[in-house]
Amino acid sequence: MENNTGLNKVDLIFEKIDPKEVLTKAFEMTNEQIIQEVLESGLKGRGGAGFPTGLKWKYTASEKDPDKYIVCNADEGEPGTFKDREILDRVSYKVYGGMAIASKAIGAKNGIVYLRGEYRFLLPQLMRELELFHKMIDEIGYDFRIRYCMGSGAYICGEESALFESIQGDRGEPRNKPPYPTTSGVFYKPTSINNVETLVTVMEIIKHGAKTYNQLGTKDSRGSKVFSVSGDTPTPGIFELELGMTVQQFVNEFGDGDTKAVQVGGASGFCVPRKKFNETIIGFEGVPTGGSMKLFNSSRSMYNVLHNYLDFFAEESCGQCTPCRVGCQQLLKGVQNVKKGDVKSTYLNELVKLADTMKVASKCGLGQSVGNAFRTIVENFREEIIY
Amino acid sequence: MYQVGTLVKELTEKHGRLRESLMPILQGIVERHSYLTDDAMVEVAKELDISAAEVYGTASFYTFLDTKVRGKYIIRVCKTITCSMKGKGEIIETIEDMLKIKVGETTSDRMFSLLETNCIGWCHKAPAILINDLPYTELTSEKVVEIIKGYMHK
Repeated sequence: MENNTGLNKVDLIFEKIDPKEVLTKAFEMTNEQIIQEVLESGLKGRGGAGFPTGLKWKYTASEKDPDKYIVCNADEGEPGTFKDREILDRVSYKVYGGMAIASKAIGAKNGIVYLRGEYRFLLPQLMRELELFHKMIDEIGYDFRIRYCMGSGAYICGEESALFESIQGDRGEPRNKPPYPTTSGVFYKPTSINNVETLVTVMEIIKHGAKTYNQLGTKDSRGSKVFSVSGDTPTPGIFELELGMTVQQFVNEFGDGDTKAVQVGGASGFCVPRKKFNETIIGFEGVPTGGSMKLFNSSRSMYNVLHNYLDFFAEESCGQCTPCRVGCQQLLKGVQNVKKGDVKSTYLNELVKLADTMKVASKCGLGQSVGNAFRTIVENFREEIIY
Repeated sequence: MYQVGTLVKELTEKHGRLRESLMPILQGIVERHSYLTDDAMVEVAKELDISAAEVYGTASFYTFLDTKVRGKYIIRVCKTITCSMKGKGEIIETIEDMLKIKVGETTSDRMFSLLETNCIGWCHKAPAILINDLPYTELTSEKVVEIIKGYMHK
């Protein structure tokens, strides 16, 4: 249904469905057929990185070790993202269902949901719903079990290999890659790790068929996506939208009439200034996002925004590799010094170079993506950083 | 300081004695006592037959596994951008005034600790805080005073 801003609101993720019907359909398919269907749907991971889900499953399925895992990444920590909490709260049975379909595709008997500590209040309800789910798959006659592991307030554990370390009882420090999780994941066993929303989307793909799902979105960004909208907007909240819209279309719908910038993808994402709203597509062909959309109006200082993000990264860097550990601290100190006038404003160029170095030299996605926000905010709002 | 007593034994009975049992055991202690003492961590190390340094190594990595003395109720105020824009500063001032402590401190009766934390996933209902596991959202000074009063009378 198109509305006057050209945005297509969709209701798939939170749609009430009969999970038994969808799972029975999935279990009648071979694992190759499931993988083929997901590949054809064009589904890319909804956590933000956007790796093709079908391909991940195909790689995990091809591993010979019979002891495999499907892990659901519910360590939703990216600033501005809260859609996974809402999905788990409202339709956890679809998350479990997606995990069961994944387990069939890759040949796993065990699933683990890694839930961030900040969402522990949801656990009693989620466990009750899990019990019902286990009962249901027993009735269908499918052998699969899911359990929960809890996080304890570390953003970095959303990084897949750090998450595995945490499940194993260790410090959540990312591993070197390769080997990738599909070969050596949790307990060093072949693992497919998928985002909460990705798993729910799989239920919808099996229900409606890849060909129907495929009609939503664009060539590079198929389907729809749940967006977490916050900041300077009259309508903050969770919205499922067809992919392929421009930032301008988004701002027309959610802006307060005075939007000067949109941060797409959270602290590790990109800042889009007003002059680029029209030309920037939200999706893998433009600016990708795990769902975080923050709007800033002209009353906001982009220095404060950047400072807040850098403070966040300096705290959440695991400290394992030097480029990220020292880089985050130096970027933070650097912008403070520029603001105070202790160093020349051209020092910002040096800091951008440092952020670029971190992109190349950091071990994991955290350090590699600090430069996204840094570069886009400094380039587009240089005066606000200096004066 | 608290006496860890039989709690570690109970938790190992429930979660096992594997390395992967470590996180749920530490989380279980924190759930009961708010923080981890050296004694508690040594006790866990003995039960799991690993070095105490390994236990401390894991515990010290995670923000929610505190190794400093904390109150019965830990108030964590979200300081990430949206909460920051929507009045987090005022919320902190109100709590500081009410409890007569600064961020990072614990009241002398060990009832409350006040901390800042990174994004807790309630940006659309900012400002937000956690008290132990429970989130409170769309806060105003008046609201947060009422909420904390409720905890004082628990």
